[in-house]
Amino acid sequence: MKSLAEPKKWERYFWPILVSALFLALWHYSVIWTATRIFPSPLDVERGMAELLRENVLWGDIADSLRRVAIGFGAAVVLGIPLGLTFGWYPPVNQVVNPTMQILRPISPIAWIPVSIIFFGVGDDAAIFLIFLGAFFPIVVACVDGVSNVPSVSRRAGRNFGLAPWQLLAKVVFPAALPQIIVGLRIALGIAWLVVVAAEMIAVESGLGYLIIDSRNSGKRYDLVVAAMLLIGLIGLTLDLGFRRLERIKSVRWGFRNES
Amino acid sequence: MSLMEPFVTPAAVDTKLRVEHVNIVFDRDGKSTPVLNDISLEVGDGEFVCLLGPSGCGKSTLLSTMAGFLSPTSGEIKIDGEAVRGPDPRRIFVFQERGVFPWLTVEGNIGFGLFKLPRAERERRIAYYVKMVGLEGFERTYPPELSGGMKQRLEVARALAVNPDMLFLDEPFGALDSITRLIMRGELLRIWEAERKTVIFVTHDIDEAVQLADRVVVMSARPATIQQIVNIDIPHPRDISSPRYLELRDGIFKQIGLAHKL
Amino acid sequence: MNLFVWLRPVAFIGVLLSVWQIAISRHAVHLLPTPVEVVGGIADLVQHGLLLKYVVASLFRVTWGYVLAVVLAVPLGLAIGWSRRVEMAFNPVIQILRPISPLAWIPIAILWFGVGDLAAVFLIFLGCFLPLLLTAINAVQSIPAVYIDVGRNFGLRRVDLVYRVLYPAVVPQLIVGLRITLGIAWLVVVAAEMIAVNSGLGFLIIDARNAGNRYDLVVAGMVLIGIIGLLLDLGIRSLERVKSFRWSYSED
Repeated sequence: MKSLAEPKKWERYFWPILVSALFLALWHYSVIWTATRIFPSPLDVERGMAELLRENVLWGDIADSLRRVAIGFGAAVVLGIPLGLTFGWYPPVNQVVNPTMQILRPISPIAWIPVSIIFFGVGDDAAIFLIFLGAFFPIVVACVDGVSNVPSVSRRAGRNFGLAPWQLLAKVVFPAALPQIIVGLRIALGIAWLVVVAAEMIAVESGLGYLIIDSRNSGKRYDLVVAAMLLIGLIGLTLDLGFRRLERIKSVRWGFRNES
Repeated sequence: MSLMEPFVTPAAVDTKLRVEHVNIVFDRDGKSTPVLNDISLEVGDGEFVCLLGPSGCGKSTLLSTMAGFLSPTSGEIKIDGEAVRGPDPRRIFVFQERGVFPWLTVEGNIGFGLFKLPRAERERRIAYYVKMVGLEGFERTYPPELSGGMKQRLEVARALAVNPDMLFLDEPFGALDSITRLIMRGELLRIWEAERKTVIFVTHDIDEAVQLADRVVVMSARPATIQQIVNIDIPHPRDISSPRYLELRDGIFKQIGLAHKL
Repeated sequence: MNLFVWLRPVAFIGVLLSVWQIAISRHAVHLLPTPVEVVGGIADLVQHGLLLKYVVASLFRVTWGYVLAVVLAVPLGLAIGWSRRVEMAFNPVIQILRPISPLAWIPIAILWFGVGDLAAVFLIFLGCFLPLLLTAINAVQSIPAVYIDVGRNFGLRRVDLVYRVLYPAVVPQLIVGLRITLGIAWLVVVAAEMIAVNSGLGFLIIDARNAGNRYDLVVAGMVLIGIIGLLLDLGIRSLERVKSFRWSYSED
């Protein structure tokens, strides 16, 4: 389209590998040239990761982070989707509740930490609450938007076939809104993953976020810090890709005509 | 039946565009799809030629290649004796109204290609073409507020404003309702007769082709070849009920293999 | 008529506040403040001249980090999005960095910049950079090819093509991305301030709690964060409504 010819098949692997290798090389050589003793080189990071794996600490941390995300995100889904659908279905209700949501939404989950500590104390529950907060609003918003974007043609067809309101919601509106809802879920999951790391840096004593803070505080192990960061990136990416798979299921795929 | 005459270059008219044994093959991930098969064609200066064929047969691809947006896999296209190497302001491609820039007003769009002109001249030309396509009063309007037909006219005005030698039109009236289509055909002919550009027009509508063109190039389905070139020898304005018109049109129907009784 | 539209949501907020007030007042000793106490906290801040100071500090950091990210990420993203190969090449690196919360960069930020404003600005920059980059890449890739073809047809050279076709075509999508990213910047600044600096609304929240359990100030800080975040968002939305930006591709 804009560039020269259509990229060939081998190019799909060649260029990414080339650029990624260049990044690694740049990183590696900047560490050498600046003769820093603290900042790790890629090799240091790799050794650090191997060390973590050997000492069996890593799996526990990963499991903890994932667990918190699962619970917090799950709660946000269970609460957020019905609420979101309701708000979208009854515009007057949305109109009443929306301003409140718009004020609460810009408040970073991190800002809720002191309050959540009051309610939940320091520990897992506080972190899960923060994740819930982070995921809740995007899910509700996605549901509201999804429902209101269902073309009235679909609703009319449903009524034409004699569907009662709740049937209409379940059999017509929900499937029609599903693509948008799923995108919202994917974004919310991404946010949940960001929040868990942040929450773990402050409010709990295990997990990947805690690993980052702890590695630095107890011994300036920046190689472990960066190793943990990369792991966070990889796991987050895996979650995201997994979700995109979901979007490809046929009964939802119609909603994503132009997704790249 | 000698109603369908074999192709003859109109005498005493310079050849504007020459297509020489053009083949186009699309290559995607190892699979090659031939789209155009050995197309050869000559178009005279000031002629109105239609490329007619079913959807997907490759006529739009041929048009894009003539305009320089695609390169032929083999063969050559020459305009004024020079090989075509890329798009050029001397030959403007008119897309369906989706080619109009939504961030510019009517005036802005028409003036788009006129950036080399001094201001006074540019404004004069814009005013002239606004009037020619009948968009007076809408100079400051933005395209989203225009109807489909108006946007199409805007695009034609924009194309004409730079005074090109050739116009390529790719099913320009396809998105319009049939009544607007009839009106637009008349408008196009009126403009063409005023400016006498060389026009190559792609359509899948047989009536449209016979109503507009000097010659109709009938193309087969993919991979496309030229089945027949029909000389439409009726002068304008054409009576679409006249026996000669019907004769020519039915001839093409038959050529394509269609019945004309539903 | 306009007034009635606001009546119900405001009434709803009023109801929530009342429930909050009543629920807390039932306990003689309470940690969580009532709405009345929160307002008192805000008044307190105003009195000590801290309100303006903290708000300005937070806004200052956001502005720097955000603007820096915009200036770097938008042109870069437009350039990357222009070529399929380049986008393909950078994609893995972008995708790996994207899920890493800016806060995970804190140790590195402190290592490079020490504790202070610079570290906070860096974190905000990080939080904004990739979303903006992705928005710009996506915006370029969404330009209908026909616009580029028209530009080339009329004889535009590369530079003109960029200024007269590419840029106007991507503006609507960019503005939406700018708005969303500003929201992200606001989230990050609050978090960054809780950890790395000595002023600002995020700092207020942590400090108020640590130095004396002033939860009225904590919640006051939260409310202020919410309101300012909302105002920033509304501000950019009004930009979206400026006429010459108002067009979009869907013309129905």
